[in-house]
Amino acid sequence: MIQQAFFAYFAFVITILSLLIVTRKNPVHSVMWMLLLFFHIAGMYLFLNAEFMAAIQVIVYAGGILVLFLFAVLLVNIREELQIGKYIGAAPTSFTFAGGLFVVIVMSLRSFVAAPPGIYSIELIKQETHTKALGKLLYTEFLYPFEVASLILLVAIIGAIVLAKRRLKS
Amino acid sequence: MVPLSWYMVLGAVVFAIGVFGFLSRKNIIIVFMSIELMLNAVNINLISMSHYIQDLRGQILAFFVIAVAAAEAAIGLAIVIALFRNKATAHVDEVKEMQG
Repeated sequence: MIQQAFFAYFAFVITILSLLIVTRKNPVHSVMWMLLLFFHIAGMYLFLNAEFMAAIQVIVYAGGILVLFLFAVLLVNIREELQIGKYIGAAPTSFTFAGGLFVVIVMSLRSFVAAPPGIYSIELIKQETHTKALGKLLYTEFLYPFEVASLILLVAIIGAIVLAKRRLKS
Repeated sequence: MVPLSWYMVLGAVVFAIGVFGFLSRKNIIIVFMSIELMLNAVNINLISMSHYIQDLRGQILAFFVIAVAAAEAAIGLAIVIALFRNKATAHVDEVKEMQG
């Protein structure tokens, strides 16, 4: 019962905060609601016994990506932003599309069949600790994708510098 | 015990809200935030499934999704800065050079 109550709280707050993010006029307010959303999603990961993912969620999203968003928001003229409309002309169409997509996803959930359970039961993870179990899997079976992810991050760093730097006058 | 389908419906709700924001907002920064919302919905699904079928591979996948989201945010906001420098606007409907 208490688990359902916890889930209901997290689901309610996450839904409300998502709606607030996409409907606020002031981008700074959206970023602040998003900070709260990321903390709630991290709480939900803790609820799912994924404490390493919760820590990563707080560190990378709330600590890294949101600061980046705040820097970009500084570019926008907030006073002008509050004068004009929030939505482009296609907003009713996109609302219909998003609603239709939601209905399709929920309908397709009815035919969902879960895979047979794997070996990482809660007892095993408790015995081995979650971070260690995840690290073992990441550095053995998923070593090659891990290296590719590091390459993606390198390309992103170089690309961001190239895109954002001022052109040299020559 | 909370059933798995509740988590998946929550993921679907957040994803649909993200799709709506991505398609309808005028400010390009909020469009990027909607993309992050969609990636978070996928992560909720992956981690809840990984918990319920007792396999850590879903969390590994969510880990890579977070890494790619960080790269995407850096590149996207660099594009926003370049756009702002060249056009002095952050609205998606004012950038229409490519429609011919």
